[in-house]
Amino acid sequence: MSESGTDAPTPKRNTREFRNINAVIDLPNYRLPAAGFVSILHRISGFIMAALLPLIVWALDQSLTSELSYGAFTSMFSAWYVKVVLLGLAWAFLHHLCAGVRHLIMDLHIGMSKEASKTSALVVFAASISLTALVALKVFGVF
Amino acid sequence: MKSFNKPGFGTNRVVTGAGYGMRDWLMQRISAVVMIVFTLVVLVSFLFSKSTGYAWWAGLMSHPLMQAMAMVTFIALAWHAWVGMRDIWMDYVKHAGLRLALHVLTIVWMLGCLTYAIRAVWRI
Repeated sequence: MSESGTDAPTPKRNTREFRNINAVIDLPNYRLPAAGFVSILHRISGFIMAALLPLIVWALDQSLTSELSYGAFTSMFSAWYVKVVLLGLAWAFLHHLCAGVRHLIMDLHIGMSKEASKTSALVVFAASISLTALVALKVFGVF
Repeated sequence: MKSFNKPGFGTNRVVTGAGYGMRDWLMQRISAVVMIVFTLVVLVSFLFSKSTGYAWWAGLMSHPLMQAMAMVTFIALAWHAWVGMRDIWMDYVKHAGLRLALHVLTIVWMLGCLTYAIRAVWRI
């Protein structure tokens, strides 16, 4: 690949150019806009939930089968690592939900400009993080 | 090789002609709305119910209407997750054989979860 192609000349900028991004070399210093972070985290949170879906359905089964299994299930949450998994899943769900609602709103051609897209991305983070914080307070027994 | 240059044949073959792009795009949105509605119903029931704990949860989920709604939601979820996971494999896994294996694994994974969820919801 030669550096000089037949492309139209672009103005010189002091930013790095990224082509054929290498996950190991380039990703750590590849600066994403807020909407980019919402997007990749939407994918990651979706993957986490799909991967842990058997665990989620098992939890549903345990919580429904009987009062006894419900009690056994809820008492599992006294262990800190179970709380951490629950909190991780809560974040994945809340982020995926908020980012998904943003998608649906944009499908209606609302907030399509660069500025509005940045604002809505920040709103997604504000909503999902504060809702996750609320779940954390509940899980760790603050209220 | 002139005969291969007709539209739709040879090098000009339309490789994205299976028609699943639009359908999956639409299904991803419809299934998302179904799951949002179910989430809101459970949330509203939780906030306004007088009972709590197992009494609330089992009471809610033993209603036939709620069970049917849960079933529709789980089918939507399995479909939604399949489309999403398939997109991830298509984006990152270049090896065709490995990708096919992951697609099959994802389908089995989702169907397994779906049947387990059906049993859990209708057993109560």
